[in-house]
Amino acid sequence: MHVLIVFIEILVLFAVVMLHVAYATYFERKIIGHMQVRLGPMQQGWHGLLQPIADGIKSFFKEDIVPAQADVLPFRAAPIICLTAMMAALAVLPFASGWVLADINIGLLFIFAMSSLASYGVILAGWATNSKYTFLGGLRSMAQVVSYEISFGLSLVGVMMLSGSLNLSKIVEAQGSSFGGMYLFPQIIAFFVFCVAMLAETNRVPFDLPEAETELVSGYCTEYSGMRYAMFFMAEYIGMMVMASIGTICFLGGWNGPFEVAFFPPFWFVFKIYIFMFVFIWIRATMPRYRYDQLMDIGWKLLIPLSLVNIVLTGIVKAFVG
Amino acid sequence: MTRPISKTINVPVADGDGDRYTLRMGPQHPATHGVLRVDLELDGETILKCTPHVGYLHRGFEKLAEHRTYAQSLILTDRLDYIAAMSNNVGYCVAVEKLLGVSCPMRAKYIRTIVGEMSRLCSHLLWLATHALDIGAMTVFLYCFREREILLDLFEKLCGARLTFSYTRIGGVRQDVTADFMSELQRFVDIFPSKVSDYETLIDTNRIWLKRTVGIGVLSADEALSLGLTGACLRGSGVDYDIRKHRPYDAYDQVDFEVPIGADGDIYARYRCRMEEMLQSNKILQQCIDQLPPGPIFNDDAPDLVMPMQGERKIEADTTTYGSGLIKFIDEHGSHPVGDVYVSTEVPKGELGFYFISDGSGHPYRMHIRSPSFIHIGAIPYLAEGGFIADLIANIGTLDVVLGECDR
Repeated sequence: MHVLIVFIEILVLFAVVMLHVAYATYFERKIIGHMQVRLGPMQQGWHGLLQPIADGIKSFFKEDIVPAQADVLPFRAAPIICLTAMMAALAVLPFASGWVLADINIGLLFIFAMSSLASYGVILAGWATNSKYTFLGGLRSMAQVVSYEISFGLSLVGVMMLSGSLNLSKIVEAQGSSFGGMYLFPQIIAFFVFCVAMLAETNRVPFDLPEAETELVSGYCTEYSGMRYAMFFMAEYIGMMVMASIGTICFLGGWNGPFEVAFFPPFWFVFKIYIFMFVFIWIRATMPRYRYDQLMDIGWKLLIPLSLVNIVLTGIVKAFVG
Repeated sequence: MTRPISKTINVPVADGDGDRYTLRMGPQHPATHGVLRVDLELDGETILKCTPHVGYLHRGFEKLAEHRTYAQSLILTDRLDYIAAMSNNVGYCVAVEKLLGVSCPMRAKYIRTIVGEMSRLCSHLLWLATHALDIGAMTVFLYCFREREILLDLFEKLCGARLTFSYTRIGGVRQDVTADFMSELQRFVDIFPSKVSDYETLIDTNRIWLKRTVGIGVLSADEALSLGLTGACLRGSGVDYDIRKHRPYDAYDQVDFEVPIGADGDIYARYRCRMEEMLQSNKILQQCIDQLPPGPIFNDDAPDLVMPMQGERKIEADTTTYGSGLIKFIDEHGSHPVGDVYVSTEVPKGELGFYFISDGSGHPYRMHIRSPSFIHIGAIPYLAEGGFIADLIANIGTLDVVLGECDR
């Protein structure tokens, strides 16, 4: 019976997240459209509201092309690895007090692990396609993930030290429900490092080098089509949402807000996630793209030292203030 | 004979020669601006050797022109640099006028200056749009297209076309400007400087933009000269060379403008040069609007290439069709000067030269087009070798090449 309930919970979470992913693409296209003096999708439904559904149907019925020179098994598996790993990360996210599938003590580590695993999908995709553009995309992704995973992890060490836990619910509870309790203030350096690393981890502008369309055509997913391409897309958006959730949980006080929303406890959580999503999109509309070596420079020479400094500072403050 | 199938993708990733591998970028690649193919030899992402290949868009204009009258070849020039077709029209007509010894009335000169500068704005806007998009700034692309659309609408109002205009005529222009056109142009000229500052807000001091452009693709003045670069690519390296200023044609000696000169010779300097040029073009447009003299728009001594207009030019008794003007042009063998002439004009991309050899017949014996894009493509290996793939893209963007003009 318990298994059945968990199964139903998973299904509900899956459906809700997929709906959010679909409308996150709509959200992005609309916002970016209006930022770029155009309208975005307008044709399907009122102001293009049915566009994500139309896109889903379209990519579902498109031919799944496997290039002749591709290594078939990894080629087919890569998008699944990407998507599964990202979906798995959702399991530990507390949407509200008690609203969590798996309330495990290593929640934060689990998310690190899953986001690293997802990048295997990208690397495999680049490698298995056996085309040079995808190969370069895969290489870039590998280098990027290796460099930014470190600063991403280190940036959250300060949060772990303050809350004394890796359990995401406990981290939220440690911040209390007041505005001033948010770790955003004591961990402002970490928050900056986290935001930059978050963009790099999710391959978003200005760090979208693995799929830089003007350099590598479409990077690792150049040769993908139909649903497999859509799976990469979904993985990217779920990745964005997971990163936004981590940011919300670790720095913005999770599900706590200025007042309780009784009918829908995760309201503030979702609201904060969408603030992050908006920032993602805003940056995409504004920024040019870094070069490969510049990306490495920022990762190794700026972010990692900064996050180490933050750890030391946090340690000192914690030792003396308590 | 069967031709071998192109192995663009099927070449194994490592060619066995150590870490080197080849990558054929183009002719269908989002950032090679048309059908440029660049063969790269790479070590990781570093370019060891770079070989541009052109010719995918060759249509044989220079040969075609030998079998057409001077007037008929005008439409070929539309297809050279299709982003700034009006400039090519102007350049061609200036050259043919010099060859045939035809003069152009002042009003037509002003109109040509106006359309020339408008197409310079069109071209620079498209350059900025695609250059920024290549480097990743997506919004600039759409901002630029917003203003370019106004200009294209204006062109449409002027001559009915938005891409291939064929607007100028040997000895004048085809149609007079209307008051409506002038007032719309004035409105555009008024708002344009604020739009330029819009683009600058987005990228001018953007850290990432500076990182991608400052110190990248550096050319000293000597290098730029020896590579034969012209236009903003040369001026970005600090060489003061602008045909509009130094060998004025049309109404450029009547208007006051500055030639922006860069100093560093990098991508950023060329970017600044073009941005300043846009503002200078705007200034020229304003002066042309203010100074536009009344009068005819084509000369009476011009060969009969202009469609006869009611009241201004009588249709001769023996000509019954409009096409007869062209027939007359061919038939008057011997009435045209014999000799050769090279005339160049400053188009948005650089120096566009037309070289004619005339044997006195109605069509050129030979026509050669000195197109800036072709020569600029020659600079790509020089700029790209030793750099990264991402820099190659930025370098192609900064040279502002159009393959229609390169391949002719």
